[in-house]
Amino acid sequence: MNVPVTFVERAHRGIGNRSTAAGEVGARRMMSHRIAASADYPAMEEMRDQARRIRLYALGHLDELLARFSDEVEGAGGHVHFAADADEAIAYIRKVAEETNVRRIVKSKSMVTEEIHLNAALEAHDLEVVETDLGEFIIQLSGDTPSHIIAPVMHKTRQDVGELFSEKLGIEYTDDPTELNNVARHHLREIFLSADMGISGCNVAIAESGSIVLVTNEGNGRLTTSAPRIHVAVMGMERIVPTLSDAAVILEVLARSATGQRLSVYTNIVTGARRPGDPDGPEEFHVVILDNGRSRVLAGDAAEVLACIRCGACLNVCPVYREAGGHAYGFTYSGPIGAVITPSLMGLAEWHDLPYASSLCGACLDACPVRIDLPGLLLKLRRDAVSEGLGPDGLEGALKWFTRLATNPGMWRGATRAGGWSAKLIARQGWIKSLPGRGSAWTDYRDLPAPAAKPFHARWKERQRES
Amino acid sequence: MPKVQLFVTCLVDSFFPEVGEAVVAVLERHGCTVEFPFDQTCCGQPAFNVGYHDQARAMAEHTIKVLDGTDGTIVVPSGSCADMMINHSPELFQPDDPIHAAAARVARRVKEFSSFLVDDLGITDAGASCEGRTATYHPSCHGFRNLGIRQQPETLLDNVAGLERVELPDAETCCGFGGLFSVEMPELSASIMSTKLTNVEASGADLLVGVDVSCLMHLAGGLRRRSREIEVKHIAEVLAEETRT
Ligand code: SF4
Repeated sequence: MNVPVTFVERAHRGIGNRSTAAGEVGARRMMSHRIAASADYPAMEEMRDQARRIRLYALGHLDELLARFSDEVEGAGGHVHFAADADEAIAYIRKVAEETNVRRIVKSKSMVTEEIHLNAALEAHDLEVVETDLGEFIIQLSGDTPSHIIAPVMHKTRQDVGELFSEKLGIEYTDDPTELNNVARHHLREIFLSADMGISGCNVAIAESGSIVLVTNEGNGRLTTSAPRIHVAVMGMERIVPTLSDAAVILEVLARSATGQRLSVYTNIVTGARRPGDPDGPEEFHVVILDNGRSRVLAGDAAEVLACIRCGACLNVCPVYREAGGHAYGFTYSGPIGAVITPSLMGLAEWHDLPYASSLCGACLDACPVRIDLPGLLLKLRRDAVSEGLGPDGLEGALKWFTRLATNPGMWRGATRAGGWSAKLIARQGWIKSLPGRGSAWTDYRDLPAPAAKPFHARWKERQRES
Repeated sequence: MPKVQLFVTCLVDSFFPEVGEAVVAVLERHGCTVEFPFDQTCCGQPAFNVGYHDQARAMAEHTIKVLDGTDGTIVVPSGSCADMMINHSPELFQPDDPIHAAAARVARRVKEFSSFLVDDLGITDAGASCEGRTATYHPSCHGFRNLGIRQQPETLLDNVAGLERVELPDAETCCGFGGLFSVEMPELSASIMSTKLTNVEASGADLLVGVDVSCLMHLAGGLRRRSREIEVKHIAEVLAEETRT
């Protein structure tokens, strides 16, 4: 089987299949929850503006905020490691695991650890890694990858999960969600109690207190950060905000935009390791702050994308995401945010087709709680792709030819008339049913109206002569 | 009598001249003197949207030069071309380039056809009639999201005698055209289109109306592979029909 390498190839696998259909239903459901959540909350628009201001302020003061954050974490007995890339982040986490004799690791949901393929890297060194978010647990059990940044298994039905659990966990088949949930809970509970290390992501980091904030709806975040001896939080370097009240604004728009909740069920604010007298909590607390291309993005003209709070709202409204499915984007981040952030972080050389995976309809910008101009950023990435010689195949010649006509009115008029005449040869009742070569990209899916025998400018000229 | 310059767009010029004629008829009926700068071609949007800025700049420059010396509102029967000319053409030129200033002057004069009628001329009833038809309106994305065009064409349709307007389910979702997206990723474009057409059919309309011939030609071409019962028209064609006396 060929490994699909382009967006279009991956999308072709997704279009019309059962997983994509399940994902589309989920995306539409999440979209209506979001819309309902802002409809009953008049202050939402103002909150979005505030959240945007906070995020842009943070991006403008990143060095200073991260320095403060790092001082505060260390002041609270934690350790901070700045990792330039995935390898450095992985090496640090392995070193910590080695020094503290870690064998078994539990994880709560984290896109940034997906971004650096942390699980595979740790497993390669004989560490056992178990995902504890139900969705991520299902992903791990089935050897799959997330198709949505908030709901990683949106492409699976409960029947899929039932079959998976009965095969991998040896239970009797059921597709009852509550029962499936209990099975996972029971299975994971044992693992939590024997885990040496918990690895979490970080939804927001607070500079003034050196805290990391985690939101979950399952409570697995709490266990991950408090039950094992060691807690490692991995965060993209842009996750920071200045104060606790800033974090509160972000959490509110995040919950409303992601799932339509007023607030996620569990909000954990973790500050440092266990202090003397604390009844529980980890002995060691480490924060890995990951760059992995972010500094470069910050210095460019698409820095705004780092304001993203990973709510997934732009995925849910995106017609391309809904038809192609999240896996078509080929990387951790999917939908419009994926089409922008993957090539921004990882480079256009490998990902130059992603910015073209959009009709530029703008629904993402409408939905984005921090009003990131995703269509504008897609346009910038397309411009960059073209200037690096990575534009879509075969387009340049045609566009150059078209531009020559369009900048030469005499030739333009000649060409439109010629188009009209030649269309007569292949059109039936004003419509063309099939075109050869690249034209078939249109006529394989829809009829093409024939160019007019007499273009508008010719009719205008005639009218003037008559009057 | 307001004088207007018609920028008819490359698609209307070559594929849908009757839409251009309908625009002229409606504008003249409402007292406008219509001029057509003869050397106009394409605003450059197709190249701009796929990142070919050199080509887009050349076409935008040509368009700006053709229009800058004229006077009156520049009426464009397309939301997306109007959006290009208003929001993108100026940024293709360095601020110290004289074309930049000309582009900004032109941008300030550009107005999409239906919003020109309603917002500038204050017309809500264009005096058209279309007996016994049921229409639904698809708000094409660029005009709708970037220029706020929706209620103007809907109002105009609501006041067409004999025409009943029904809501299009999920109207604000893209039709899947997306310019060259329609041929660069045709299968995706078509599957988004098919969702849209299902909604058009579900609306119960026998007439689909829009303000962008680009999306309309994609939808009309798709409808012909499904059913021939639903007619597709640019709003100017509806407004030009059978004037009431
Ligand atoms: S880009 Fe905006 S809408 Fe999309 S995930 Fe990020 S914050 Fe949410």
